[in-house]
Amino acid sequence: MRTALGRVRGLGSAKEGTHHWWMQRLTAIALIPLTLWFAISLIWLTGAEHADVVAWLGAPIPGALMLLLIGAGFYHLKLGVQVVVEDYVHAEALKVACLIVNSFGCIVLALASALAVLSVMLGG
Amino acid sequence: MSDRPLSPHIQVYRPQITSILSIFHRLTGLTLGAGTLLLAWWLISAAIGPDAHADAQWFWSSWIGRLVLLGFTFSLFYHLCNGIRHLFWDMGMGFDLKTLHATGWLVLAAASGLTVLAWIVGYAVGG
Repeated sequence: MRTALGRVRGLGSAKEGTHHWWMQRLTAIALIPLTLWFAISLIWLTGAEHADVVAWLGAPIPGALMLLLIGAGFYHLKLGVQVVVEDYVHAEALKVACLIVNSFGCIVLALASALAVLSVMLGG
Repeated sequence: MSDRPLSPHIQVYRPQITSILSIFHRLTGLTLGAGTLLLAWWLISAAIGPDAHADAQWFWSSWIGRLVLLGFTFSLFYHLCNGIRHLFWDMGMGFDLKTLHATGWLVLAAASGLTVLAWIVGYAVGG
């Protein structure tokens, strides 16, 4: 006896079912309000001095929203670039190398950005 | 590559708003990916201190910095608007040709309008 769900789990070329697709949509939905907030914030911060930027980013809500933007944004970027690589890079070794660089690059940039925000929030 | 015949590829098709906007979605996505390097630079420079932040600010104020920022502004609004269009497709809505074309032009108009608006307000706020 197998359920319908059990039969489809782990299928597809990546053997992960719809997980990739679903996470791409989930992060996309999160990024709609987050990018709008980010764009409005950057416009408002045009020409701002360092002290203004630190005061803004160090406050709980902007800091927290920036961390959410970093999390959802780099996750979405990793998934999107992965699809582009899988579609257009056909040499197996180069494809795997590109996928590794994509994963590591997104994780390193996300971590560096998040640590910068936390450092500002916690007062340097 | 073998010598077997290939199926018709992109160059045999007449460019249409549907295909062009689809390619543009990927291009703007990759552009925004490159832009995250500058986002990280901006955040890290704010964390390091006034001098590092002044260097970053100098770049954004330069004409090349402004040009790059203009490209990112449009890429962000385009990817956002067309991404919402994609989410409606995911719900099975808006697939008939008439709607498809209308929403395509709407996305282009909205992304351009938001870009112009953002820059007008930006110049009004800080120059």
